[in-house]
Amino acid sequence: MWEQIRSNQTRSAVLVVWMGVLLLLLGYFLGMYFFDSGAGGLICALILWVIMSLVAYFQGDSILLAMSGARKISHDDHPRLFNIVEEMKVASGLETMPSIYVVDDPALNAFATGRDPKKASVTITSGLLQKLNRDELQGVIGHEMAHIKNRDVLLMAMCSVLLGTIVILAWYASRVLLFGGMGRTRRSSSSGGGGSGQVIIIIVAIALMILAPIMAQLVYFAISRRREYLADASSALYTRYPEGLASALEKLAASTEELKSANKATAPMFIVNPFRKQGMAASDLTSTHPPISERIHILRSMAGASFSDYALAYRQVRNTSKVLIPAAAATAAGTAALRAAQPEAPEKLEEVQRAREASNLMWNLNDYKTITCACGTKLRLPPNFKLPEIRCPHCGRINSA
Amino acid sequence: MTIAIWVVIGIVVILLFVFIGIYNGLVRLRNQVKNAWAQIDVQLKRRHDLIPNLVETVKGYMKHERGTMEAVTKARTLAQQAASAGVGERAKAEGELSSALTRLLAVAERYPDLKASQNFLALQEELTSTENKISFSRQFYNDSVLRYNNQTQMFPSNVVASMASFKPGEFFEVTVAAEREAPKVSFT
Repeated sequence: MWEQIRSNQTRSAVLVVWMGVLLLLLGYFLGMYFFDSGAGGLICALILWVIMSLVAYFQGDSILLAMSGARKISHDDHPRLFNIVEEMKVASGLETMPSIYVVDDPALNAFATGRDPKKASVTITSGLLQKLNRDELQGVIGHEMAHIKNRDVLLMAMCSVLLGTIVILAWYASRVLLFGGMGRTRRSSSSGGGGSGQVIIIIVAIALMILAPIMAQLVYFAISRRREYLADASSALYTRYPEGLASALEKLAASTEELKSANKATAPMFIVNPFRKQGMAASDLTSTHPPISERIHILRSMAGASFSDYALAYRQVRNTSKVLIPAAAATAAGTAALRAAQPEAPEKLEEVQRAREASNLMWNLNDYKTITCACGTKLRLPPNFKLPEIRCPHCGRINSA
Repeated sequence: MTIAIWVVIGIVVILLFVFIGIYNGLVRLRNQVKNAWAQIDVQLKRRHDLIPNLVETVKGYMKHERGTMEAVTKARTLAQQAASAGVGERAKAEGELSSALTRLLAVAERYPDLKASQNFLALQEELTSTENKISFSRQFYNDSVLRYNNQTQMFPSNVVASMASFKPGEFFEVTVAAEREAPKVSFT
């Protein structure tokens, strides 16, 4: 497992360097075009990049959590969720327990944040908490834990910052070009006329302005899709039960709710793409996630739970000879047998129970007070409720608040 | 002559660095095995702590199941005594405890009042999760032992391992057959 993480880190590093080179090229040519000095543009691009990276590194997770309106929970708020996260922490051999957040949203999704495995957190929506049974939830949390363990979170944050910088640079440059035209006039007055070199620079600058964001995006997608497959493989290894994640993904795919708090920049952080279209197998280049049906199919055709089993299933399903996990790393990780499903109560009963738990959790997190009337009715009082007593709408008894 | 000496010194230095690298790698793996073992220890202790609570809750409802409850308490005492013993012995004692617990929980299914009690439900969740954590930590421990043992047996690291006397790790195997399968609970 460790060898595989390392080999992937080098592979990702190469891709990140490619994006960096793209950014610097863009900066250089825009500098040439606008202020007649490539170095100036280069420095501007670098400064912008460094500032954005620093913000993402130190504040990224808190910004993301605040944006999604996530609430932190403890063991007593929802023991089952807390226990499952702890189980996966133990299975992955992570040293510190990640914090757990819940977003009040009927959409089914989850994401992991945190720049290093020691300061990580896992966030899931209340819809997920309600719809998934124990094994399924375990699979999803295992997937997120794998993102933390493989340090995908930091990599993806850094990649999205690079991508963002490139997009911003290209966007502002194109505005200036369209509406200002000041770079052109200034240069034409200073250098007078301009030879064929000038023309080349202009062409290259414009071409980069258009192409750099697209190319950077493609690289970004490639990195992110690869990470998703690996996280699925790790989740199967941790839980020894790929069926859990497979059936969770099935439920996620079937849900039509869209996550309110997601946007394009944060999309790769989630377990499934929050913007997917119904019934579309987006297996093209422009997707941050592999198509869900394919992920489910791979998980279901695994003969065991080890990396080599996943790699084999991956090759069979996708019908390629592309190597997802280096063979040496896969065999070094050893073999792993599948385990049996957890015993569960009948599905209907469970779902009602889970819905009740999830809604209780959200009431409590929003500081609502709960009073149980003598007739068994539960009264929820909002935090700004000031009256000393309340009448039960069901039986008419007066309860003191 | 002097060139030959320099070549020899160079080779020795390179060998020394290789030795240090392999040695440190082995130490890292061995520490990982130790950490993984500590994890199992934490989870087993947690289970021991949960049992008196469980027996206390169950007692009021299951008056006629004294034997089952006593078996759990006894198995817990034995498992606690085996805490300082070796890996194999400990695995055996904990396996006995697991099967005693499984029996108790299976019997509890016959008592609807007990099953409806909030206290019992919360305990059951904790117990299920602790069982899971035990098996997950065992899984991680065995994976770590496998990696460490592979390293101590494969060339060239086996040379370093035998020179610095790295002993192979012991797997945490479950010996009780009943524990291998997840407890089957019927709701009829």
